[in-house]
Amino acid sequence: MPLMRWWQRAQSVAGAPGVRELSVGREEWTQVARDVAATGGVLQALWVTGAPAEGAHVYGVYLTDPGGLAVELALPAGDAGPYPGLQELFPAASRLQRAAFDLSGVRSSDPDVRPWLEHAEPYPFTRVDGEGVHEIAVGPVHAGTIEPGHFRFSVVGEKVLRLEAHLGYVHRGLEQRFRELPILAGHRLAARVSGDSAVAFSWAYCQALEGLAGSTIPARAAWLRAVCLELERLANHLGDLGALGNDAGFAFGLAQFSRLKEDLLRATAAAFGQRYLFDVVVPGGVAVDVSSDSARALADVICAVCAESAELRTIYDEHEGVRERFTGAGRLEPQLAAQLGVLGLVGRASGQGRDARRDLPCLPYTKLAVTPIVRRGGDVAARVAVRFDEVQQCGRLLAELLAELPHGECTAALEAPADGAFGIGLIEGWRGPVLVALKAGPAGMVRFCHPHDPSWQNWPALEYAILGNIVPDFPLINKSFNLSYSGVDL
Amino acid sequence: MLKSLRKILAVGLISQTPPAPDESLRTAQALDARIAAVLGRALCIRHVDAGSCNGCELEIQALGNPYYNLEGCNIRFVASPRHADLLLVSGPVAKNMAEPLRRAYAATPDPKRVVALGDCGCTGGVLGQCPSALGSVANVIPVHVAVPGCPPSPMRILQGILTALET
Ligand code: SF4
Repeated sequence: MPLMRWWQRAQSVAGAPGVRELSVGREEWTQVARDVAATGGVLQALWVTGAPAEGAHVYGVYLTDPGGLAVELALPAGDAGPYPGLQELFPAASRLQRAAFDLSGVRSSDPDVRPWLEHAEPYPFTRVDGEGVHEIAVGPVHAGTIEPGHFRFSVVGEKVLRLEAHLGYVHRGLEQRFRELPILAGHRLAARVSGDSAVAFSWAYCQALEGLAGSTIPARAAWLRAVCLELERLANHLGDLGALGNDAGFAFGLAQFSRLKEDLLRATAAAFGQRYLFDVVVPGGVAVDVSSDSARALADVICAVCAESAELRTIYDEHEGVRERFTGAGRLEPQLAAQLGVLGLVGRASGQGRDARRDLPCLPYTKLAVTPIVRRGGDVAARVAVRFDEVQQCGRLLAELLAELPHGECTAALEAPADGAFGIGLIEGWRGPVLVALKAGPAGMVRFCHPHDPSWQNWPALEYAILGNIVPDFPLINKSFNLSYSGVDL
Repeated sequence: MLKSLRKILAVGLISQTPPAPDESLRTAQALDARIAAVLGRALCIRHVDAGSCNGCELEIQALGNPYYNLEGCNIRFVASPRHADLLLVSGPVAKNMAEPLRRAYAATPDPKRVVALGDCGCTGGVLGQCPSALGSVANVIPVHVAVPGCPPSPMRILQGILTALET
């Protein structure tokens, strides 16, 4: 198996367990990608550091059978010309390469050179010609309380022939900002890459940092981080289940699930002092300890919320109108999902059985048997079913975690790592695997930090899932993906 | 159907009393009494995310849950700035959003109010210092009330909105 020769050559990397790194030359860069693709692996992240004049490095991280494989291609100064693009093997690479060019000035061989994060108006959308075809432009400011982005539909009547998203509206320059921060302070910015995944990103950042500083967090801190991560998953799933009911014309669902979510947020605030856990995960552990009384009170609310969710599920299942809207809408076939390298919960609803909590587990997930919840339907109904099942899974995991919180400290001292140390954090957030690549700089600063949200992979998949559906179903289908704008606009 | 009705009865009424306005949130002069009379107590809000991490959006959405009883306060979120009395703006202003934000402001009919949301909207916050962001909302459009917090709780957001309506 050709992938194994790369895996054996690779060295283990600081941070996430089960991730290795490998430096390669230009030809090898493409060969590794081919071997990963041939064995069913996916591209998890791609980014560039440096600039053409000073020399640059291209990084790709793959999720493969043996584990995570980070590949680095060095481009010397003066020869930082186009590096081999990976878009033919991994379609998600195209936008990543375009974004990397906007940020670094280093170009890939991808023929699509339209800017992605830098907005030069007007954006050249791909046009669909034909009799009766017209375009509908939506955004950047949308009708609901959601993030900004632009969608261009090409339609005949109500039927969607093509959808092209143009994002980057909330590009704020996060990667550049990281480089101005002390490495021990970067977790606060990491938590705000995509606020709905604050725990996942701040944990991934701290996991990388702790790995490259060579320190281990206390067991109690690891357990509390997992409590926070599962609370974040549960809260987001409850919110989505309500919104999906609403988009299917069942306002009752929104009222009930938003009530349950609020109950959970209030219980979270009672235990951790914050509704959204932005600043709980800190370098070396967690900033807040939880008393045994508040752990018990939190466990009670979680139990009640999960029981009500199960009850509401039967109401959704028996509601003919809801069932009709969910079934068959926005179908993403497993084969296409595999080809597009779709990640996380959207992937699991289309037969892609990856879950970093099982595949690349850190403490305490090494002790908890997490079985990925997989459906093959690929439609809105499947994405709803995965959420319903994961709500119950969260309930079980949280009950176990809260009942068995190890005693002891919840932070360990941590020193800024040596200049040049490199680490990767990888945490399964509610949306999918979140990655943070971190390199230490001189004087305790960040040399570079690349945060990666799984929405990069899943946005292009949404553009396929909508094909052949009608425009009025877009809000429902879009909600069933619920992707981050902030997390990819950087 | 029966199950949903039973659920509605079992949960009962859970909405809480709205908060009193808070003068400390005000950044610009109060609303003219005549304008307030025109607006009455039915308020249409248009939300604009100008560069948020989406945390503030979670709390705006939470404001719609049954505990906060927005409808009871006569507050509605509307789909277009042309139908709005008030813009609720979250995030620092990302460069790429400066123009859409200015356009949304221009499209909102007078008399209009602007509430800036979150530490980012108020002062730039953690995200406003990023090189492709322009800092606080007030750097781009006039702001009447600024509600700090990261993110501010739904009660604080509601308080900010109600403060903007006070004369
Ligand atoms: S104030 Fe906090 S929650 Fe709101 S956009 Fe800024 S970082 Fe996100």
